[in-house]
Amino acid sequence: MNYDLLLLIILMLAALMTVLSTRILIAAIGLALTSIMITIIMFRLNSPLAGVFELSICAGLITVIFISTISFVKPLTDQEIDDRTKLRMKKYLALPVLLILIGIILIALIKPISIEIPVTIQGLSVREILWNMRQIDLLGQVIILLVGVFGIVVLFRDIQKEAHKK
Amino acid sequence: MTTANIHILLFFGVFIILLLVTGFYYILATINLIRILLGLELITKAVTLAIIVVGYVTGNIALAQSIVIIIITIEVFVIAVAAAIIIRIYKLTDSLDVRNIRSLKG
Repeated sequence: MNYDLLLLIILMLAALMTVLSTRILIAAIGLALTSIMITIIMFRLNSPLAGVFELSICAGLITVIFISTISFVKPLTDQEIDDRTKLRMKKYLALPVLLILIGIILIALIKPISIEIPVTIQGLSVREILWNMRQIDLLGQVIILLVGVFGIVVLFRDIQKEAHKK
Repeated sequence: MTTANIHILLFFGVFIILLLVTGFYYILATINLIRILLGLELITKAVTLAIIVVGYVTGNIALAQSIVIIIITIEVFVIAVAAAIIIRIYKLTDSLDVRNIRSLKG
């Protein structure tokens, strides 16, 4: 439990780093750090497969997508960074206080209750559940994949056309 | 469910709620489109962690993992398409300010 508490505190610090950093690049790195912490927690909760997905896709691929998007945007000047830092401090000063307050309220109010679990699927592997029980979900994923690829191709084709016209 | 499992659920639950609040606050407070996506990612991570913790304490860890894998796959496409739209908006308005897309054509 102590290791879990340490991991969860680092997770929250990484999330705060994402929110409070002035530079978006550091915010994206903070998000990757959050993903890494969630991966370690998943490994500790006997979920290695989900952990591997989280590490490779969320901490890897999504960070790359964010960094690629950021690379299309003009960087801020030093003066703009100074101005925005002051503005962000005012805007996000309430967040750490709010989080501490909510944490204290939750710890004080939440009491253990007995929960009835209706159905448990035990003895089946992830592979069996994914391929035999969640077939509709897989079909949905395939449709989303096709729609996603089609959408990105259309969006970038228009950008390339405009660049050629210029 | 055993008392130990209920304590694990409550212990992780507090941090999951805090992560959710952080994500929602980020989305509400920022005007930058990329930061809104980062906030959405924080919320998704809280949901992912919640599913894994619930799967662990209820003994349905295989089901929880399969659901998380599906969520992560869909999350990537949402982020990729949203990033492409953001780049497009940036090319059109030369800004990432969400207020610039309030008056859409059509």
